Amino acid sequence: MRLYAVVVAGGFRRFATYRLATVAGVFTNTVFGFIIAHTYIALWDERPHLGGYDVSQAVTYVWVGQALLVTVALMGGGFEDELIERIRTGDIAVDLYRPADLQLFWLSGDLGRAAFHILGRGVVPMACGALAFDLALPGSALTWGAFLLAVLLGVVVSFALRFLVALSAFWLMDGAGVSHVSWLTGMFFSGMLLPLNVFPGVLGEVARALPWSSLLQLPADVLLGMYTGWELAGVYAFQAGWAVALLGAGRVLQRLATRRVVVQGG
Amino acid sequence: MAGSEALAGGGSHGAGAVADGGTHGAGAVAGGGSHGTGALADGGARARRALLTDGVRAYGLIVAMWVRSTMTYRASFVMTTLASFATTAFDFVAILLMFSHIDALGGYSLAEIAVLYGVTGTAFGLCDLVLGSVERLGRRVRDGTLDTLLVRPVPVLAQIAADRFALRRVGRVAQGVLVLGYGLLTVDVAWTPLKALMVPAMVLTGAVIFGAVFVVGAAFQFWAQDAAQVQNAFTYGGNTLLQYPPTVFTKDLVRGVTFVVPLAFVNWLPALYVLGRPYPVEVPQWLAFAPPLVAVAAGWASGIAWRAGLRAYRSTGS
Repeated sequence: MRLYAVVVAGGFRRFATYRLATVAGVFTNTVFGFIIAHTYIALWDERPHLGGYDVSQAVTYVWVGQALLVTVALMGGGFEDELIERIRTGDIAVDLYRPADLQLFWLSGDLGRAAFHILGRGVVPMACGALAFDLALPGSALTWGAFLLAVLLGVVVSFALRFLVALSAFWLMDGAGVSHVSWLTGMFFSGMLLPLNVFPGVLGEVARALPWSSLLQLPADVLLGMYTGWELAGVYAFQAGWAVALLGAGRVLQRLATRRVVVQGG
Repeated sequence: MAGSEALAGGGSHGAGAVADGGTHGAGAVAGGGSHGTGALADGGARARRALLTDGVRAYGLIVAMWVRSTMTYRASFVMTTLASFATTAFDFVAILLMFSHIDALGGYSLAEIAVLYGVTGTAFGLCDLVLGSVERLGRRVRDGTLDTLLVRPVPVLAQIAADRFALRRVGRVAQGVLVLGYGLLTVDVAWTPLKALMVPAMVLTGAVIFGAVFVVGAAFQFWAQDAAQVQNAFTYGGNTLLQYPPTVFTKDLVRGVTFVVPLAFVNWLPALYVLGRPYPVEVPQWLAFAPPLVAVAAGWASGIAWRAGLRAYRSTGS
């Protein structure tokens, strides 16, 4: 357990090193936040209460999206590129000999990364949004805590999905195609394009049932105070259920994949 | 002299000498004409032309190499091209989803927004295809591999623009063209020859204006290597901004992209003339026809920024 705690801390420190990149990223998130917020205001101007949000909740949703974009690795760019590269070059053989579980090792690193990103990339854009717009942020610390727990579960689901993507490199060698398709699916079904409760009919129902809704839609709704009591427990159960199922699938795939590894000695 | 300084002063000086050597050399070739007599000026112009031809030819060679390399993983190429198409298509799907609830956004119909979207999408796609790789400059500065490019007898900009050329980006161009076609077919416009001519002109000048922003962003990375993201705010962010009508945004924001970062000339100003819509900010009407001038000016300014950045470059030192 100590080993994995060290890896979590290492993941945090590793991303904390790039201070200028963090500032640049915050700038970009903030610019996009402004652009998207104005398009949402125009949309909610035409249709007040669309999807059960009022204008200020819709704008809050935009800024939650910008704050979580990197934390839940919606655009990819987390550990998976590195793992794919290790699989392609064969360095993965070394990892498999290490006295640590492959999946837990990378999960720990990714949790450390996410912890840094929610602080480094999340807080400032959210503050900028709160300064420039009238946001519907909760006053109670309890709701913020509930939000953070939903984000944590979202990160685990996101990790489990990206771990599956990375392992596909055992068969495809070049993982760029799969990881691109995967983050694309994530962008669409997480609610990053548009809140999932604005999706019409069946599309909306399907989108809300898929694992990606754990990444943005559900944490945002928890922050907006849409769920309390048992409903909130239901949200966590939904996220945890997907996390367990996808992590399990990752383990199965990992077992199949490692059988394919041939170490070239010499 | 530069060499001895490099030996005496250690790594960082040495790299400086390499960088200086590179730019001085180019300066001598490019600037020679302006100082000298008529004959020399003539030679300068010829040298500049030669430099340009060299750059374009080298660009073509490097691009061809990357295309061959891409084709090694054909399945991955097909998937990334489709993904590139779909990535941008999702932006438009979001707009379609919005229009499943509304008839007009900011007073604009879906067809009008499709025209705005199509022009900026195609222009940005073309620019991204040709020049998109320059955003990787910061990485090359960081890991020191930029030095390799400096000692080759090919303009650095041509090398960095062709570096890791991504053919998959044609997916983005195709998506922009499709939406533009849809917009032009469905939009209600009293077409004149001038308006018809302005559509392809917008796409081309728009690509040049975006290109200038890309190059300025890359030049900025000579100073701030980790700040590639800042560039995204202006390139990808600018593209997203221009997909929507200017009436959606605050007037200050519209003024900013009209007079500070001239993105409004990519589509807003000329397209609003074509669509017969008033510009939400008070501007003289002839600005609708200014994009070619703005493109030339922006290209020129980006050249200056690029040379300044290259001159300021100091290597990682080890």
